[in-house]
Amino acid sequence: MRLTPNRMNNSIPSNRNWLELILESLIRASGYSAILFVALILIFLLREGLPALGEVPPAAFAEARWYPIEAHFGLLPLIGGSLIVTLGATLIAVPFGLATAIFIAEIAPRWAREILKPLVEVLGGLPSVVLGFLGMLVLAPIVRTTLNTPTGLTAFTGSLLLAGMAIPTLVSVAEDALDAVPKSYRDAALALGATKWQTIWRVTLPAARSGVLTAIMLGIGRAIGETMTVMMVTGNAARLPDGLGSLFLPVRTMTATIAAEMGEVANGSVHYHVLFTIGLTLFVIAFIVNLTASAVVFQQRKRAERLLS
Amino acid sequence: MPAGIISPMTHPHPRLHPWLWLIMLLGACAAPVANPTSPTTPLTIENKGSDTMVNLALAWAEAYERTHPDVSLSVTGGGSGTGIAALINNTVDVANASRAIKKEEKEKAEANGLAPVEFVVARDAIAIIIHPDNPVNQLTLAQLSAMYSGQMTNWREVGGEDRPLVLLSRETNSGTHVYFLENVLRLGQKENKTLFSPATLLLPSSEGISAEVRQNPNAIGYDGLGYVTDDMKVVAVAKDEASPYVLPTIATVNDKSYPVARDLYMYTSVEPAGAIKDYLDWIFSPEAQTIVAELGFVPVK
Repeated sequence: MRLTPNRMNNSIPSNRNWLELILESLIRASGYSAILFVALILIFLLREGLPALGEVPPAAFAEARWYPIEAHFGLLPLIGGSLIVTLGATLIAVPFGLATAIFIAEIAPRWAREILKPLVEVLGGLPSVVLGFLGMLVLAPIVRTTLNTPTGLTAFTGSLLLAGMAIPTLVSVAEDALDAVPKSYRDAALALGATKWQTIWRVTLPAARSGVLTAIMLGIGRAIGETMTVMMVTGNAARLPDGLGSLFLPVRTMTATIAAEMGEVANGSVHYHVLFTIGLTLFVIAFIVNLTASAVVFQQRKRAERLLS
Repeated sequence: MPAGIISPMTHPHPRLHPWLWLIMLLGACAAPVANPTSPTTPLTIENKGSDTMVNLALAWAEAYERTHPDVSLSVTGGGSGTGIAALINNTVDVANASRAIKKEEKEKAEANGLAPVEFVVARDAIAIIIHPDNPVNQLTLAQLSAMYSGQMTNWREVGGEDRPLVLLSRETNSGTHVYFLENVLRLGQKENKTLFSPATLLLPSSEGISAEVRQNPNAIGYDGLGYVTDDMKVVAVAKDEASPYVLPTIATVNDKSYPVARDLYMYTSVEPAGAIKDYLDWIFSPEAQTIVAELGFVPVK
């Protein structure tokens, strides 16, 4: 979203236009401040997290046990926990969310569409602690009895709820992207004899690919960063996941660990620094996910521009 | 990462914990700390700490405010460590703790020019709780230790049904967690380095443990006697195989026959005076100690 102010008017400042000049610089400053904030957060995380690398030998981070009050700082169970919950949530949210977006954008009649989209967006505004309670008291017993797992507080329960939280974001953004595809594309496809399904799958969806990919990345971002819900329903057992079966066992995620332990840790202690190292790890993972997404989108845009020229 | 977002803007001192700073900031805005020099304004006593004790502290505060309208008490939970940390930073008048203050915490407080004073205000028994349908009635401390350290994985091994064992525990920042680790898992032996099984579920609240125990027949959990309700089953515990199995009750905790019980503390930052001293004196009165018993804890007098 780039602002294109009228440069001709700004080059000849008059009484009418100096207000616009101020507004423009304010808008520019708030735009650049995003970069400043990210940089500040990174500097802060580095300052608080890097000392841990000197205090704890690197091999200790690779240990399979996380028990900070006895100086066991193995990060693998936490990283594994976050990844398995996020993977589960993605596997559930992407097909379901995409199907919902396609239905709203392409298939549903106008009246249904006008009810569905706001409803889905309201769902996205549910506080995570409310979902967590729902998960703990309603979903966990159902998961335990239907899947016959030892406990209902599993990575899968967390994945289900996170998928529920990611879907509204995913649907909303993906639907906008699908909606932005020019009607002429669909008309052309239908005129060539394509069925409705072929039009959606071969024409509309590929044309909206970059927006849809952004939607998926935003959904994954929501899932990996979510804290309260996973803390309440995943059981928080720092057990090293060993395969897909671990999806149906309790796990402990990085976010839940920071949230549960940061409130009480002594400032400046090794444990404190290690918690920031976890934060740094999360930051790096989120950064890689976003970078990959924008690289893919960028490449596709270039290809699309080549084709069109 | 809330700390990361908040802290660059509100981090004035490198040694001060960012969240504590925020709490102090909020505290300064919302509830001014008692000012003993102006007796006309109602006095506020800030009371913070152990989640185990929060219901008790609230009940005491309500009863005390009824008879002393000139004093107002502000009670918050957060855990024993949180309360003591606030005491060290001198942001509370009274800290509640379900464990004794650690040596390093005391030194930190003294470095800040304080001299914490300890009061044992009540006793608490930790009840071992299971689902009502679980046929197991009694366990020894050694059996509990073997279960929680991961040596046992099935209820069959302690005479129950053929069910997987699901271990529930409070988070590591809970005083109850540390007490259970030292006195049950490690059987009170200082050199014993047994750890919780990595499969132990660490739940952030008492409610989390109760909710899971109520609905899952595989689960075993522990929590303060004050939090046990009728819809779960309490297990009788024996110190060793030769000792009798004892259920936690007020009588068995006071005569020290129930093996998993502890003292509950209140700490003041300095020798209490004025309204704080009056409040602590009142806590040892029969009226306040009756409230202790009503909440399922054990009175000290």
